Parts: sequence; C-alpha cells; structure tokens
Amino acid sequence: MERFAALLDALVYTRSRNGKLTLIENYLRSTRDPDRGWALAALTGALDFAAVKASTVRNLLFERVDPVLFTLSRDYVGDTAETASLLWPEPAAPRGAAPSVDEAVTALAGMTRASAPRELAGLLDRLDASGRYALLKLATGAMRIGISARLAKVAFAQAFGVSVDDVEEYWHGQYAPYLPLFDWAANGAAPPTGDDLPLFRPFMLAHPLEDGAALDLADYAAEWKWDGIRVQLVSTGAETRVYSRSGDDISATFPEITGSFARRGVVDGELLVRGSHQGGSDGGAASFNALQQRLGRKTVSKAMLADYPAFVRLYDILIDGEEDLRMLAWEQRRVLLEEFAAPLDPARFDLSAVIPASSFEELAAIRDRARDEAIEGVMLKRRDSPYVAGRRTGLWYKWKRDPLLIDCVLMYAQRGNGKRSSFYSDFTFGCWDGDPDAGADLLPVGKAYFGFTDAELKLLDSHVRAHTVNRFGPVRETDRSLVLEVAFDSVHASKRHKSGLAMRFPRIARIRSDKPAHEADRIETLRNLVHD
Amino acid sequence: MEPGRSAPIVLAMAAPFSWLRPDPAGLYIVPADCWIDPSRPVGTALVTHGHADHARGGHQRTIATPATLAIMALRYGTGEGAMACRYGESTALAGGVRATYFPAGHVLGSAQILLEHAGERVVVTGDYKRRADPTCPPFQPVACDLFVTEATFGLPVFRHPPIEREIGKLLAARNANPARCMLVGAYALGKAQRVIAELRLAGYSEPVWIHGAMERMCRLYEECGIDLGELRLVAGAPKGALEGQIVLCPPAALNDRWSRRLPDPLTAMASGWMQVRQRARQRNVELPLVISDHADWDELTGTITEINPGESWITHGREDALLRWCELNQRRARALALVGYEDEDD
Repeated sequence: MERFAALLDALVYTRSRNGKLTLIENYLRSTRDPDRGWALAALTGALDFAAVKASTVRNLLFERVDPVLFTLSRDYVGDTAETASLLWPEPAAPRGAAPSVDEAVTALAGMTRASAPRELAGLLDRLDASGRYALLKLATGAMRIGISARLAKVAFAQAFGVSVDDVEEYWHGQYAPYLPLFDWAANGAAPPTGDDLPLFRPFMLAHPLEDGAALDLADYAAEWKWDGIRVQLVSTGAETRVYSRSGDDISATFPEITGSFARRGVVDGELLVRGSHQGGSDGGAASFNALQQRLGRKTVSKAMLADYPAFVRLYDILIDGEEDLRMLAWEQRRVLLEEFAAPLDPARFDLSAVIPASSFEELAAIRDRARDEAIEGVMLKRRDSPYVAGRRTGLWYKWKRDPLLIDCVLMYAQRGNGKRSSFYSDFTFGCWDGDPDAGADLLPVGKAYFGFTDAELKLLDSHVRAHTVNRFGPVRETDRSLVLEVAFDSVHASKRHKSGLAMRFPRIARIRSDKPAHEADRIETLRNLVHD
Repeated sequence: MEPGRSAPIVLAMAAPFSWLRPDPAGLYIVPADCWIDPSRPVGTALVTHGHADHARGGHQRTIATPATLAIMALRYGTGEGAMACRYGESTALAGGVRATYFPAGHVLGSAQILLEHAGERVVVTGDYKRRADPTCPPFQPVACDLFVTEATFGLPVFRHPPIEREIGKLLAARNANPARCMLVGAYALGKAQRVIAELRLAGYSEPVWIHGAMERMCRLYEECGIDLGELRLVAGAPKGALEGQIVLCPPAALNDRWSRRLPDPLTAMASGWMQVRQRARQRNVELPLVISDHADWDELTGTITEINPGESWITHGREDALLRWCELNQRRARALALVGYEDEDD
C-alpha cells in the first residue's frame, strides 16, 4: 500500500501529462500482479465496493471526532477521504505491517455493511496518513487526481510498448486485476478476446468549432446536433446492450430499445424521447427535459414507457455483423448505416438527417435559425474520416448555436470541491420578480460553477467573503450587490425551482461590477425565452 | 419612549471587557483611544508583528518591539512616530491602560500584548506558534482573564509535522535531482529566514540563493544577530551555477516569469497550507513542505487549556472550529469579525 500511496501523492503534485504518464508507467512496470492491476482499476474508477461508501467513512469518523469539527474540516479540505485520513486518531499501540493493495482490496470486497466499520477501522489503524488516504480513495473511488481512464490506458500501453488502440479495444470485457491484459502486454501472451460479448467500443468525439472558423462543405457533411444523450448500441444477436457516453451499461433503463434491436453489430446515435419539441413535428424529438424523466432509473414503469417513448437517432455504424467498419471513410459508413437501419423498427430508430447546405454561409444561416427549432446546433463531420476513438483534431466538430445572455444578481455562494476547495465557486443567482424600485424581490433562477477565468474566480471569491450577510452551513448569502452576466443554452419551465424556470448549461459569462443590482433583468425577460 | 414607562436603570458596573471593542478595522481600546493591528491609519497603533496585514503604515504613533519597528521602517521607509517597547516592558497608555509586550514566537519581533485595565487582564496574541524557531524567542504563556487568539490553522486537520522532517524532504529531493534547482516559495518575512536557519541546523553549508525581494529582510535578521550563513542573490548568476542549489523566493514569484531563468526548477513551497493536497495543487507545487509560523490545532487548543482564561475571543482564521472546540470544552468564547487579515502567505 505504501507504493500505491506514494504513487497517488506523486500524481497529485505532478501537473504535466508526461510526468503523470512516467509515474504510472514506472509503477506498472515495477509492481507485481495483482497489486498493479488493482491500482490501475482504482486509477480508472473501475473498483466499486458496495459496503463502503463516503457515508461509511463519515460515520466511522463521527464515532471518533466531533461531527461539527469533521464537517467544518471536510468543508475546508474539500475531500472526505483526505479529511478522514488527517483526522483519524493514531492508534496507541504500534501499528502492524501495512496491508498490501491486494490484501486491502480482498478485505474491502468481503466487507458487509455491518462489518465494514470494524474492518475498515482495522485497516486504517495499520496505515499512516498518506496510506489512509490511499486506502480510502481505493475504497470510495473519486480519486480527483486528474487521471482519466484514457491517460491510464496510454500509460499502460507505453509501459509495455503496445498500441493504445489495442489496449482500448481489449480493455472492455476485462475485469480488475486484469491478469490476461498484463499477461498480453507484459509477457507477450495472446490478447484477451471478447467476441461473444456485447462489448463497448470507445466513442469518437467532436471538438468545438472555434468562433470565426469556416469549413469547406465539400470536405465536411453537416447534421443537426440533437439534445439527447449519446449512446452506443451493441448486439451479438443474442444479447443487446445500450452504453452511455462514459461506457456505462444503461440497458435496463431503456428496455424498449434493447428489445427492438437484435442485429449483430455496433451503432452510434442519440437517444431521445418522441415529441415535437426539437425541430417541430418533423424533428420528432421531445425536449431534453422530457428525456430526463427517463434517465437514471433502474426499473421503468409502463406509464413511463407510454408517456416518454424513447428512440435512437442513428448517426454512425462501427461494426456490421462480423465486419469492423471503423477504418472506412464516414461517407462509406453512412451508406452502410442507411442499409443497416432500413429494416429496423421506425418507431424506435431513425437516421440523423444530413443537412442539405451547399456552402458554409448557408449552413451558418441554417444554424442561426436552430434556436427557433429548439435544436442545440450542428455537427460537422469530415467526409473521409475513419471512426477513431477520442477527440481528434480536424475530423468532427460541434458547432453550437450562440448562447442566450441575461443579467442576474449573485445571491448565494458555496465552496467548490477538489482544486477549488478553498474558493467560493458555486454561485446561485436570481432575477427580479417585478420592479426592484417598487419593492420587488430576487428569486433564484439558476446555479453555475464555471465560465469564469481563474482571475475572475479570485475576484468572485473575495466578493463573497467581503459581502456575506448570512451563513447556512457551507452556503453564504451575499448582500445581492453583484451583477453577473449569465450565458445559457435554453430555459425551460420547471417545478423544481421557485421561479418556475430552469436553465440549460448556465455559466458565468462576465462579471458586471459596473452595473447596479437593480438594473439586472427581471424574471419576465427569462420567462419570455421559454420554448417548451 | 412610550408614555407611562420609566427609563431603564443603568447599571453602575460595566460589563466585563467593555473597554475593549472589536471593530472590523481592528481591536479598539476605548479608554486609551488606541488600536491593535488596525487595518487603516489611526492615531495610536499597537502592532504585534511586522507582517503587512498586521503592520500597516500611516499611523501617527506606532508602539511595537524594536525589531518590529525596524521591519516596518524597512517596509514603509519611515520611523516617524515609532515608540519601542521591549519584551517584558510596559507602556502606560491613556485612560489607565497598561500594555506589556511578550514574545509570540511567530517571527522576529513578534509579540503578544498584555493589556491591563480596571483589574482585568487581556492578552492579544497576534499570530503565534509554540514550536522552537532559531530566528525568534519562544512564545511565553501569560496568565489572563481574556485571551484574544488567532485561529489561522484552526481546524483539526492541521497538525504541523516536525520541521526537521520537512527540511529532510527538501534535502532528499535535492540529492535525488542533482541537475534541478530546488525552488522554495517562502514568505519574505520570517518563513524564509527560518527555513534558511533550519537548513543550517541540519548541516547544510552550501550558499543559499535568494530572490532580490528577500535581501533586505535577510540582512535585517543578520543585523539582529541571526546567522543565516552565506546568502547569494539569484540575479546575475549564470544558469548553470544554480543546478542542484537551493533557491528561495516569495510565493508569488514561484510561477512567475522570474523563475523561468532557473535550470529546470523543482517547485517547493514552505507553508502550513501544504498539508491539504488540493491547496498545494492550486499553487502548482511539486514538493509541499508543511512548515508554518502559526500555531496548529493542537497548539491552539493546548494553549487555551494551558492559559485557562475566563473567556477567549477568536480574531481571524478558521474561527468556527475553534469556537466549537471551546463549546465542547465548556469554555466561554466568541468570534470577532475582523477584516483585512490575510493568512494565505503562511
């Protein structure tokens, strides 16, 4: 565990991508199985111990430290595991040998809700603060050390001199501690295969199109950017799965989709709910709000299926039957996708139409009208691009419509997590419910925690500290003197908020220190922008 | 007043410590018309130590220890209205208030101020620590009725490790990276000199390189009799000369253009905040050194227990947690909302 703890600490303090890669590579090369496999799983967030949650750790600490002092500390440190590692009382008796990663993982996996507090305490007593941090991170996930799964896979590939695309491919269907994967990469054994399993393939992603950039539509095809969730449908013929953008299996949430797709292959598309919001009746899709009713459910009622029928708007094909199509050009894949989709149930599957624009200027004009159609924007895909994992420059672009802007007043602020743990960085803002000079009040209309630069964050943080009028636990209420220009993609009716409105993707566009609070916008203005 | 009601009876005896008024600009001593560490220019200021957030320029009269006055003169260029008060010496203020200065162990010249008036004894700590420091005399516990304490590191997660361990980390990193320059961010007053003095105690006899902004303060320490060994200025040194060397600079210069002249610097920072991983990350620090000139949680709570005052006021820092500790230990306490004290540079 000491080596893993030292790796985590070094990763925390190493900023450069290459520095992190070197640290992980060295660890993987110099650590034995199965410890290194468990560590890799921990770094990529692949471990889950049902019996140990953040609340388990919290409760364990509440038995040893005053809960108020723990909460104040957690609020400051910004991380439960780190707080607990620092507050854990050192045992009076000298501690035994530190557990190995394998011993810790085996113990964590064997814990029940009832036994976890005692067993976890036993492990913590055998570690120093740095080891306790590593153990708690291992147990609860949420590493927050800036290691993406992708980075860990690159490190794995570089450590053993194998191709990262192969690593991505073989990774799925493998489980920690990945012994066959290490055997393949480190010892030259045959690669692990998963032909008979409906495995996830890494998504191809798009870069945002920079302002002012123009593309030649002879090279790029345009499609609408639908406001749903990206999914990958994988079928072996016998079994079908729906994967989300992050590679999570969400098949159980959408039984009507898995139930109507049984053709061996892998396709890529947008999951939406039927309706006439996005693009009108021709568009055929409801708002994201409607889709949200369906997300995150483990079981789905009949009423849900009837009220919010899901479908997938297909835009790419990766594998047809036995044949991997990913190296073909987008144009060729598109033809094959149309053939593949033709026999599918039209109630559950349709094709994302190609926008017939002859020039970039024409496309720009079409995009400008997208807001009226409640569509997020357009996608541009290079006609000759293969389907490659991740975000590659020059191949796919997303070109969102320009955001809406409104002036709001800062009302509440809360400290952030992780890197922002000491900064007030989550901001709740409001608009006037009438004429502020005639006694109108501010009602919260949204919350944002990005959009500002680091320098602006410092400014906002010191404003909050100097203008606090009330504290509610971690939340500070400010004197409502600062105007923030908030950018957002759209606004919808919502029962969740007192103002009756909910914004999509709100972010702080500008700090309007120059504008007096009573000149901020009224709720009316925002309500007039609702397109539901 | 409503008709038919008599005027309220004014009690002859004043409430305890009513002669001391916490104001957002600092602690105000009413009968003496004096302020302690005021954040704006006033008539008479009692200054605990030379850090800029406590010692500001522009007062008509400043009462502080000789070292603190020297530091202020260095920073603000003038010694006008300065009145020296040595450790253990008393000064009679107006209105029957007596002020006595005692070592606070924070930085060179730092003092706690004992105020005596109307039979009540009040100690204002300013910033303090209880660990040994080769650059200033140790904190001296002073019995009092009211203890006005700082709380910069007033959370139980802050337990500063022994400084020898942190200096050892720095020397080990130097040995492991002979081609890199060890760049240590340290506050120019107090922290920098303490790190240098501790390096010397650990047997490090090579020259220590310093940023130009630290030169005058280091010289002042030497004039006060604190031996810092050989110091050299980074300015003008050939790049190659700094490989494997230890360089000290103010925290703000760590990630500034200034540090680009150094050969592949390994960025370290000497601060109590380095205890928290994400705080070190915010500073782009590769080697966090948990070295603080403030009392940690155990020192803060231990000192209140040791002094055992009737009441404690908590001036600045993480006062919520220390207030809670007082509550749990059935000690009377209140938090003062003083503005303008910054603790980020420790």
